[in-house]
Amino acid sequence: MEILGHYHYWVFAVLLMIGFYALVAKQNLFKKMLGLSILQSAVFLLYITMAEREGGTAPIIQPGVADQLYSNPLPQVLILTAIVVGISTMALGLAIVVRIREEYGTIEDDEIRRMDRRP
Amino acid sequence: MTPGLAFWLPLAGSILIAFTGRHPNIRETVTLITAGLLAAMVFSLLPDVLAGGRPEASLGELLPGVPLRFVVEPLGMLYAGIASTLWIVNSIYSIGYMRGNREKHQTRFYVCFAISIAAAIGIAFSGNLLTLFLCYEMLTLSTYPLVAHKGDADTLASARVYLGILLATSIGLFLPAIIWTYVAAGTLDFTQGGILAGEVQGPLLGLLLALYVFGIGKAAVMPVHRWLPAAMVAPTPVSALLHAVAVVKAGVFTVVKVIVYIFGIDHLFSEPSSSWLVYAAAFTIIVASVVALRQTNLKRMLAYSTVGQLSYVVLAAAVLKPLSEVGAAVHIVAHAFGKITLFFAAGAIYTASKKTEIAELAGIGRRMPFTMAAFTIGALSMIGVPPTGGFVSKWYILAGAFQADNYTAIFTIIASTVLNAAYFLPIVYAAWLMPETSPGTKEHGEAPWPAVLALCVTALLTLLFFLFNQPVIDLEMQIVTPILRSNP
Amino acid sequence: MTLASQLPALQVVVPLLTAPIAAAMRPRDLAWLVTCAASLTAFAIAVALTAGALQGPADTSLRYDMGGWPAPFGIALVIDSLSALVLLVITGSSTLALLAGRRAMALDIEPHRQPLFYAAWLTALAGLCGITITGDAFNIFVFMEISSLATYVIIAAGPERRALTSVFKYLITGTVGATFYLIGVGLIYMMTGTLNLEDMELRIAEAPSRGPVLAAAGFITVGLALKAAVFPLHVWLPNAYAYAPHTVTAFIAACSTKVALYVLLRFDFMVLQANLPEHAAQFAGYLLPLALAGILFGSSVALFETHLKRLLGYSSIAQIGYIVLGAAMLDRAGLTAATLHMFNHALAKGTLFLAVIALGLRLGQANLNLSNLWGVGRAMPWTMGAFTVAAASLVGIPGTAGFISKWYLVSAALQQGPWAVVLVGVILISSLLAVAYLWRVLEPAFFADSPATLSEPIAHQSWAPLVILWLAAAANVYFGLAPQLPVELASRAAAILTAGHGAAELLP
Repeated sequence: MEILGHYHYWVFAVLLMIGFYALVAKQNLFKKMLGLSILQSAVFLLYITMAEREGGTAPIIQPGVADQLYSNPLPQVLILTAIVVGISTMALGLAIVVRIREEYGTIEDDEIRRMDRRP
Repeated sequence: MTPGLAFWLPLAGSILIAFTGRHPNIRETVTLITAGLLAAMVFSLLPDVLAGGRPEASLGELLPGVPLRFVVEPLGMLYAGIASTLWIVNSIYSIGYMRGNREKHQTRFYVCFAISIAAAIGIAFSGNLLTLFLCYEMLTLSTYPLVAHKGDADTLASARVYLGILLATSIGLFLPAIIWTYVAAGTLDFTQGGILAGEVQGPLLGLLLALYVFGIGKAAVMPVHRWLPAAMVAPTPVSALLHAVAVVKAGVFTVVKVIVYIFGIDHLFSEPSSSWLVYAAAFTIIVASVVALRQTNLKRMLAYSTVGQLSYVVLAAAVLKPLSEVGAAVHIVAHAFGKITLFFAAGAIYTASKKTEIAELAGIGRRMPFTMAAFTIGALSMIGVPPTGGFVSKWYILAGAFQADNYTAIFTIIASTVLNAAYFLPIVYAAWLMPETSPGTKEHGEAPWPAVLALCVTALLTLLFFLFNQPVIDLEMQIVTPILRSNP
Repeated sequence: MTLASQLPALQVVVPLLTAPIAAAMRPRDLAWLVTCAASLTAFAIAVALTAGALQGPADTSLRYDMGGWPAPFGIALVIDSLSALVLLVITGSSTLALLAGRRAMALDIEPHRQPLFYAAWLTALAGLCGITITGDAFNIFVFMEISSLATYVIIAAGPERRALTSVFKYLITGTVGATFYLIGVGLIYMMTGTLNLEDMELRIAEAPSRGPVLAAAGFITVGLALKAAVFPLHVWLPNAYAYAPHTVTAFIAACSTKVALYVLLRFDFMVLQANLPEHAAQFAGYLLPLALAGILFGSSVALFETHLKRLLGYSSIAQIGYIVLGAAMLDRAGLTAATLHMFNHALAKGTLFLAVIALGLRLGQANLNLSNLWGVGRAMPWTMGAFTVAAASLVGIPGTAGFISKWYLVSAALQQGPWAVVLVGVILISSLLAVAYLWRVLEPAFFADSPATLSEPIAHQSWAPLVILWLAAAANVYFGLAPQLPVELASRAAAILTAGHGAAELLP
C-alpha cells in the first residue's frame, strides 16, 4: 500500500517524464513548448498535493470551531505565483516560436538546423 | 634615489617615446636621455649597496605576506648596472641600425624596448619571487612585438615559438613552483640562506628545483632553449641587448637568485636530489657548443653560443660553492660585454653588406676593420682567453669547481673551451686572412658611425673588465660572506 | 526610517520601478538615459552595501525584513560579503555595458522598440539583484524567472535570425533548470516547512527522513548547474552569447551565470552542506570531475572556434569550470578562490565583450569571424589594446586580476593531497590553451594585413565606448595590483559559506 498511497507522487513523476520526453524527442517547437508546460504542471501538482491534508478544509478560520483541520495555504499561494511565471514563459516561448516561423518559414527543429548550417 | 624610481623611469620614458613618435629625432633623443638618466639612477644606488645597505621600496601588498617590493642586493645591482649601461650603448647602436636598414614601426620598437628595460630593472631589484615573476612575464610580453617586428609569416612563426615556450614554461612550471614555495614556506622574500630549509626535503626538493630551472625558460637550459634561436628573427639591436643581455641574463639571474636566496646553497648542497642540475647544465653546454659548430647563419650560431654560455652560469650556480656563485655573477657581466659586442658586429656586417651567413664572411676584416677587431675581442672573451673578461669568470667558476671537487664541472668547462675555440676561431681566421671568396653585391665599408662607435665601446669594456673587475668581485663577495663566515 | 536603512530594498526596487518608466519614454535617447541612471543608482547602492558588509567582523550580514514582517514569516533580504560581491558584479557590468553600448544598441534595435528593450534590460537587472539579495528560497525562484524572461527578450533582439533559435534553446534549458530548482525547494519545504534559507539550515537537521532532502539537493544542484552552464549542461551558452546584441552579451556574460553559481554556493553550502553528511561526497564527487572536464573541454573547443563571440563563450564554460572546481574543493581556500574568480572573471570577460561592442561598430554586427579581425589591431589600436589587457587577465598574466584568482585557485588545489597534481595540471594546461586560443585572435589582429572588409567604419567612432572600455581594462590591472577589495570580500564570503560547520572536517 505504501506505493499506492503515494500515488500523487507517481502522477507527478509520470507527468514530469512525459514533459521531458516531449522536450527531448519532439522536433516541432510548439510541441516542445507543450512539453515544457506539462513539465511545469507536474511541479504545480507536487506543490498542491503536498499541501492537502486528508479531510482538511479550506484554510478559513471559523469563529468558534476549535482544532480545525485545514490544508496548508502557503504552497497554494506559492504555486499561484509559479503558474503566473509559467504562463509568462509560455507566452514568451510561443512569441519566439511565431517569430521563428516568420524568419525561417518553419517550426521544425531539424529543418531550422539545416537552414542554419547552410550559410 | 629609490629602486622604485628606477623601475618607473623607463616606463615613463616609453610613454614619452610613444607621444613623440612622429618626430624621430626627438623620439630618439628621449630614448637616449631616459637611458642616461636610468644608468645614473642605478649607479647612484651603488655606493650604498657596496657599503652593505639594501635600499628598498614597497608598492603595496599583492597577496597576504607578499608585497610588491623592490630591494637592491648585490646580485641585482650587478644585473641592473649591466642592463642600464648597455642600454645607452645599445640605443646609440639602434639609431644607426634602424635608420641604416630603414625599418618600419620604429616607434613601436623604441616603446617596447623601454618597457623591456623597465621589466629587466624590475627583475633585478625585485625583493621577492612574486615581484620577480610579475616583471618576468612583463619582459616576455614586451619583447614579443620586438621579436615579431618584421611581421612576415616566418617571423611570426618564430615569434610564436618564442612566446609559446616562454609562456608555457613560466605558467606551466615556474608559477606552480612559486605557489608551492609559498604554500610550503609562507613567504616569498629573497632571504639570505634561503627559505626552504626544513620545509621541503628529499626527492621533492629535486623536483621543485627542476620546476624552477626548466620553468625559468629564459635561462635556456636544454630542452627549453628553442626560443632563443627562434628569437634571432628580431632586428639585431634586440638580439644584442635582449637576447644576449637583458632577457637571457634575466633567466640565469633568476636561477642564481632562486638557488642562493630561496633554496639556500647549503640546503641544496646537503640534498643529493639536487645534484642532477650540474649534469643538465653540463649537457646543455656541450650540446649547444656542438650545435653551434654546425650552424651556417651567424646570428643563429651566436644564439647557440649564448645557450651554452648561459649554462655556464647555471653550472657555476649548481656547483653550490661560494666561489662558484661569485663566478656565476661575474660571468653574467663578462658574457654580457662579450656577446653584445659579437651581436653588434653581426648587425653591423648586415647593415653594411646584407651578409648573414658565416661562409660569406671571408676577407671581410679588410673592409670593416673596426667591426672585425671588436668581433675578435668578443670571440676571445667567449673562449676565455686573457686579456678578456671571459677569462676572469672562468677562473672563478673553475676555482669553485675545484673547491667542490666537482670533476664533471671541470671537465665540461675544459671541453667547451675547446669547442668554443673550434667555432669562433675559423671565423676570425677567415675574416682577416682569407681572400674574399664571394664578392659583395656592392662595395661597402663600415656600418653607420653610431653602430661602429657602440661596438667599439663594448669591445673596450670587454678588455677593461679583465683589468678592473675588483669592484664587481667585492660586490658579489657580499652574497657569500655570511656563508664563508659560517663554514670557512 | 532613513534612506540608508532602505538600501537593500531599493537595490531591487529602483531598477524594477524604473522599467515601466523607461518603457514609456519618448524619444528613445531618454529611455537610454533613464536606464543608465537607474543602473548607476543600483551600482551606487551596491557600493554602499558592500561598504556596509565590509564593516565589522567577517560574518557580518545585514538583514532587512520586507514590509516589516520578521523572518522566517516574512521575506528577509540578506546582505553579506558574498551577495555584496555578486551585486557589484551585476550592477557594474550592467552600467558599463549600457554606457558603452548606446550607439551599438541604437543600430541593433529598431527605434520604436528601444524603450521596451531598455525596460526589459532593467527588469533583468532587477531580477538578478533580487536573486542575489533575497534570503528566501521561493523568492529566488521568482526573481530567477523574472530575470530569465527579461534576458530572453533582450537576447532575442540580436540582429541575426539565429538569435531566435538560440534564445529558444536557452528558454527551454533555463525553464527546465528553474523547474528543477522549484522541485528541490518543494521537497525541502515538505520536510522543513520553511522557505527562509537560514531557518531551513536550522530545521533541516530535524527532518524526519533524509531521502527527500538528498533528492532535493540533487534537483537543486542540477537545476542551478543548468542555469550556470556547468559542463555538460552548457549547450545553450555559446549561441546565446554569440547571437545576442553585443551590448547584451557584455552584460549577461559578466553576470548571469555567476548569479546562478552564487545561488548554487548559497544553497549547497549554507543550507545543505552543514546538515547532510552525504552532501560533501555528492557535491564534490560529481562536480569536481565535471569541472575538470569542463575546463579542458571549453578551452579545447575555443581553440578551434572561428567566431569570436562563440570562442569567448566556450572560454566562459572553461572559466565556470574554475569556479566550480574551487567550490568542489569544499574548503575555505577553495571557496575563496571560487568567489574571487567570480569577480575577476566577470571583469575580464566583461571587458572582452565591451571590446567586442567597439569591434562590432567598426566591422558590422555580424562580421565577427576570426578572419574578419585580421589587421584590426592596426585599425583600432586602442580597442585591441584593451582587448589584449583583458585577454592577459583571462590567461592569468601577473599584474592582472586573473592572476590573483589563479594564484588562489592553484594554492587551494595544492592543499588537496594526492589530487593536487591533477588539479594543478588541469588548471595550468587550460591556462596555456587560453594563451593559444586568444593568440589566434591577437596575432592576426596586430600583425596580419587588413583585408578588404576593413574599409569604412559602419558607424562613426566615438570616444565614449573607448573610455568605458579602458576603464574596464584599467580595473583589470588595478585589481591585479591591489586586489585587497575582492580578496577581502571573497575570503569573508568563504568564511560565511563554511561558517560553523567546518566543512573541512567532513572530508576524509
